[in-house]
Amino acid sequence: MYTWIWRHLPGPTLAKLGQTLLLVVAVCALLLFVIFPWIEPHLPISQVTVGN
Amino acid sequence: MAHAAVEERPGPPGRGPKTTGDKIRFALRGIGQTLITLGLVVLLFVVYEVWITNLFADRNNRHNIAALRKEVDTVNADSLPANSDSTIPLGKSLGILYIPRLGRDYAEAIVQGDTVPDDAQLQQGTAHYGSTQLPGQKGNFAVAGHRVGKGEPFLNIDKLRSGDAVIVETAKYWYVYRVMGTPAGQDPQDDKAGTVRASGNRSFSLPGRQIIEPSDGKVLTPVPNHPDIPVSGAVDKIMTMTTCHPKFTASHRMIIFSKLDPGASVKALGNTPTTKASDMPASIKALYDEVKA
Repeated sequence: MYTWIWRHLPGPTLAKLGQTLLLVVAVCALLLFVIFPWIEPHLPISQVTVGN
Repeated sequence: MAHAAVEERPGPPGRGPKTTGDKIRFALRGIGQTLITLGLVVLLFVVYEVWITNLFADRNNRHNIAALRKEVDTVNADSLPANSDSTIPLGKSLGILYIPRLGRDYAEAIVQGDTVPDDAQLQQGTAHYGSTQLPGQKGNFAVAGHRVGKGEPFLNIDKLRSGDAVIVETAKYWYVYRVMGTPAGQDPQDDKAGTVRASGNRSFSLPGRQIIEPSDGKVLTPVPNHPDIPVSGAVDKIMTMTTCHPKFTASHRMIIFSKLDPGASVKALGNTPTTKASDMPASIKALYDEVKA
């Protein structure tokens, strides 16, 4: 997968490196600010209340 | 010889004929990369949980505290909801929590929550169990807060010792509760010496700290752990704080019980040329010196 992405990025190695960094940042941001906040309430890890 | 050896080496993937070995290598590499990726995603989730969530919750908390102080300073304090039994709108701050043991910069908004506060309310600072009593009232004023992440107001609540001050600032009063248990300064876990009274000269022991099952809602009743006694039967003014235990899990709950110290509770300052209604009175400031040692 990573080899495939690397091969399909255009430009010289330095440009590829820059684009890779951008991709990593984009994926992290998507996970941190969209996917995790959405998935987190469904996980039984941060319940602090008692009773029901 | 050397030339022949080079020719026998398998070519890079995607070029030349694919042998069975190539296919196996391709599949294994794919599985390996997927597993590494999933591992990194889980690590990133930890970063999110213990750090990123704090950024948002801390901002909410700061905003709530600033808004409440401004309200106390500018509107007639008598008209604020925290001073009456009237219904406080959900999500509205009713007071500010200070715990000297946890440092001078410790201040958490207490917002009105549902009967069991929901996630959004808990991310505003701490949240009041909406059907329990209000600060200073006879019965039980119960508050929930996160232990790890989401502002983690109750991260170090296990550090509280018997007799430690737990301060609740409302529009008109600074209520001082003391963690149950005697003598002061000891570990309050399952202490038997602290007592809570009920009508008819009844008296029950109540520890400063208790670890319970998540379903054990009777810690929230007007006389904690005695669900049969209605609020009219309560004599003492108790404050209950709940959070998760152990850290990072939801398997149990840590409960801290404290009782109102009427002698230490004081009326809020007024708006004068030298003081603001939200300023901390000198006697409350002095409580911070108790935990210096």
